[in-house]
Amino acid sequence: MAIYTKEEARKILEKALSFSKADTCEINLSGYNSGNIRYARNTVSTSGYSSNQSLAVQSSFGKKSGTATIDEFDDASLEKVVRRAEELAQLSPENPEFMEPLGPQMYDESVTYSESTAKITPEYRAEVASSSIVPADAKDVTAAGFLNDSAGFSAMINSKGLFAYNQSTDVDFTVTMRTNDGTGSGWVKRDFNDVDKFDADEAAKTAIDKAVLSREAKAIEPGKYTVILEPAASADLLRNMFRSLNARSADEGRSFMSAADGKNKIGEKIVDERVNIYSDPLNPEVPTSTWNGEGQPLKKTSWIENGVVKNLAYDRFWAKEKGVEPVPFPPNAIMTGGDASLEELIKSTKKGILVTRLWYIRSVDPQTLLYTGLTRDGTFYIENGQIKYPVKNFRFNESPIIMLNNLETLGQQVRINGNLIPYMKVRDFTFTSLSDAV
Amino acid sequence: MKRRDFVQYAGLGAGALMMPSLLLGNDIPTEALLEPGMDALVKKNMADIALNTAKSLGATYADARIGRYLNQYIFTREDKVQNVVNTESFGIGIRVIANGTWGFASTNSVTADGIKKATEQAVAIAKANSKIQKEPVKLAPVNSYGEVSWKTPIKKDFKEVPVSEKVDLLLSANAAALDNGANFVNSALFMVNEQKYFASTDGSYIDQDIHRLWPTLRVTAVDKAAGTFKTRENMSAPVGMGYEYLDGLESEKIDGPAGLRLYKNSYDMVEDATIAAKQAREKLTAKSVDAGKYDLVLEPNHLGLTIHESVGHPLELDRVLGYEANYAGTSFATLDKLKSGNFKYGSDIVNLVADKTQVGSLGAVGYDDEGVKSKKWDLVRNGVLSNFQAIRDQAHMIGEEESHGCCYAQSWDDVQFQRMPNVSLEPGKEKYSSAEMIKDVEKGIYIAGRGSYSIDQQRYNFQFGGTVFYEIKDGEIVGMLEDVAYQSNTQEFWNSCVKICDKDDYRLFGTFFDGKGQPSQVSAVSHGSSTARFNDVNVINTGRNI
Repeated sequence: MAIYTKEEARKILEKALSFSKADTCEINLSGYNSGNIRYARNTVSTSGYSSNQSLAVQSSFGKKSGTATIDEFDDASLEKVVRRAEELAQLSPENPEFMEPLGPQMYDESVTYSESTAKITPEYRAEVASSSIVPADAKDVTAAGFLNDSAGFSAMINSKGLFAYNQSTDVDFTVTMRTNDGTGSGWVKRDFNDVDKFDADEAAKTAIDKAVLSREAKAIEPGKYTVILEPAASADLLRNMFRSLNARSADEGRSFMSAADGKNKIGEKIVDERVNIYSDPLNPEVPTSTWNGEGQPLKKTSWIENGVVKNLAYDRFWAKEKGVEPVPFPPNAIMTGGDASLEELIKSTKKGILVTRLWYIRSVDPQTLLYTGLTRDGTFYIENGQIKYPVKNFRFNESPIIMLNNLETLGQQVRINGNLIPYMKVRDFTFTSLSDAV
Repeated sequence: MKRRDFVQYAGLGAGALMMPSLLLGNDIPTEALLEPGMDALVKKNMADIALNTAKSLGATYADARIGRYLNQYIFTREDKVQNVVNTESFGIGIRVIANGTWGFASTNSVTADGIKKATEQAVAIAKANSKIQKEPVKLAPVNSYGEVSWKTPIKKDFKEVPVSEKVDLLLSANAAALDNGANFVNSALFMVNEQKYFASTDGSYIDQDIHRLWPTLRVTAVDKAAGTFKTRENMSAPVGMGYEYLDGLESEKIDGPAGLRLYKNSYDMVEDATIAAKQAREKLTAKSVDAGKYDLVLEPNHLGLTIHESVGHPLELDRVLGYEANYAGTSFATLDKLKSGNFKYGSDIVNLVADKTQVGSLGAVGYDDEGVKSKKWDLVRNGVLSNFQAIRDQAHMIGEEESHGCCYAQSWDDVQFQRMPNVSLEPGKEKYSSAEMIKDVEKGIYIAGRGSYSIDQQRYNFQFGGTVFYEIKDGEIVGMLEDVAYQSNTQEFWNSCVKICDKDDYRLFGTFFDGKGQPSQVSAVSHGSSTARFNDVNVINTGRNI
């Protein structure tokens, strides 16, 4: 499938819109090409390629809306899908929370597209798999990994004159390396918009080193420990915290961000004053589209500033109800870091645990943002500034709020899942039991 | 329907970002759900094009799956209908073996030309990958069934029930919750019809019509002054049944302790919403549990998830072999533990069975997605590990002569692979009710409904919460508890199972969204049990002051 250019997309969208007879009409057009390779037991298991395109029309009469989608874009198909959306709208119940489409907006130019990623070939994917399998074989280690890349576009138009377009590419890689004696396991994750930043050999080596280093882990007592969390570990907990940034749930009294007497926590200090978290679609390391699915422009926005809740996300309906400006939900998360490298963080630790990643994280109590889960693929005991030995995995029960209140040191930032998160040293992290899992 | 709307209404959170496109499909009018779709004879001709093309290109095996997936979703909150969505997804997936290697391709162009092209692509992928294949695929033999069909035995097709009737039910449940102390209530109906046609070079042409239904309810009570809230979710299960599941038959109700109402093969949503609202409010002031060892009395709609995580997943053969190492993980239940013939998975009374035929279950089909007739087999018998879950290309690895028939793909667009069948705990043989079980416990906790769940990548260490918790003292329920989670180790936990209620207490838990594979695919599966007792389990207090 072709990745439509801005003008090609506009032409299709304008044609579709020209068939509209509804009070308002909003049309989204998107498409992608995506390829992957999966390997396990040091051999390729599956590989796949998919390509998809879709046009979704939302037509509204008053507060009644209907949506119809189609994957063919000739004139007859476009007219058919618009008519169908209109028929569905007439049959739909009124939506009391209906918001009229936005008028024309100004958007920043995004930096989400890389030609190199869009040109990834099956041969390249096979080479990435080889970059894991060959060195694993040589070290008596078994590799299991997955590489997925995609290139796509999205565009929208509406009857109020709004038009938006974006192209983006992504590459996402994970590999798990397990020693053949079954006692060691290592893992890495890398994700980029631009595949030129990806070094498959370095990633494989990191995972193999971790696997070998984590062999024959010792059991130590669960309890409260100072931990150094790699960004892959803390990012998953922070992502869960980010879900609480919804103003409506906070105002309704059913979120961590709810405060007593029907208030929310905007303006309240909830974590250590060194914690600053913002979103920025134009950050060159973690770029995102500069508009969201409703056509709202996305700008740099501060969420937690010096430990204080600065903003909550208000959708357009809730903003109107509350008489405030809408604040779009963050497209990425950037947490300000420090200068310390991982090595320096280890060096400055008298007694602690280094955590590679956390696994199977689930909410235990939404009121306190308490989560449980386990460490996985490389957990090490640190004493007097050195990694002493690997330790068995722990189950934790911890809240990212408590974690960010117990902050000791912020380290350098790393991109993880489209976010920029620093290494963190945190005291009194709560491990509640031991796991035999490798 | 737009993905962001689905995620928002369904309250599925970030996990839903991996939600497959088939659950969205193309939006269609309600009446289009009743259109018959492609005739079986035409499907046979289309499938033959794939099979013949594959053979002519040198494939030694091929199968074709023509799928039409129809979904209807209805979302409400309080007195509002948020959305009514009908979707359809239609296409064909073709899988081949060439040079001893699998290849797969799919297309939504179910025409002679489209199918030929996709088949060529599947064979080309197989041949390309065969260069790095270390072991050729070996398929367990399967019978040639000829032209056969199978249908989920439903009484009421959801597609024939007017949307207004469904909306009325949800809004009535919401009103009942609001009248009984709830501040907020979300309810939804998910209804699925998979119309699947399978054909293979082994000579089977299988037409299946599969139905699933999932009512959900989330009731929230808020203490505004204190800034606290509690939720109570439904006591229903997703089922492999028709709309008749929502009839709320009195004969299918079970009385639990402390006014709790539990449901077998029929769900009374309005009644459950009423009780849910009262319980959500009661949770706001319930006693926080004292951490320590307790005897746990686990109700089937709770225990099902524990079975799923600690028995269903570790006994998937692809996990055992390492194919899932980079995602879901591997398994503590290794091949040598099976071969030993004496690995004590649980106590002597623990019998766990895999079953793809169980009526009313989510996993029930006539034939799996590689044309193997569904069946039932033992996983754990008298506490001893006795088998894994294997499909055609895995059976030989555990010395089995035939597949277990548990191969599944979430849509025509995805390649089929080994998925968990229904895995259930057999009821106790002696007459024994949950009320009697509670009477026999000195210091314990009764847990009903699903809650928080987490387990490690080899399925040793787990932690589970629940929907509602009641303290048992000297054989009596003394009150509601909060902040309860239990932590255990799979083998230790199943060996601490001392009593299981009889078949009258047996019912199914289920999940629509069991995830596995990369790219991830979802699968729906049920787990049956009667209420069971586990002694001396470690309970932690999850309350925190922030």
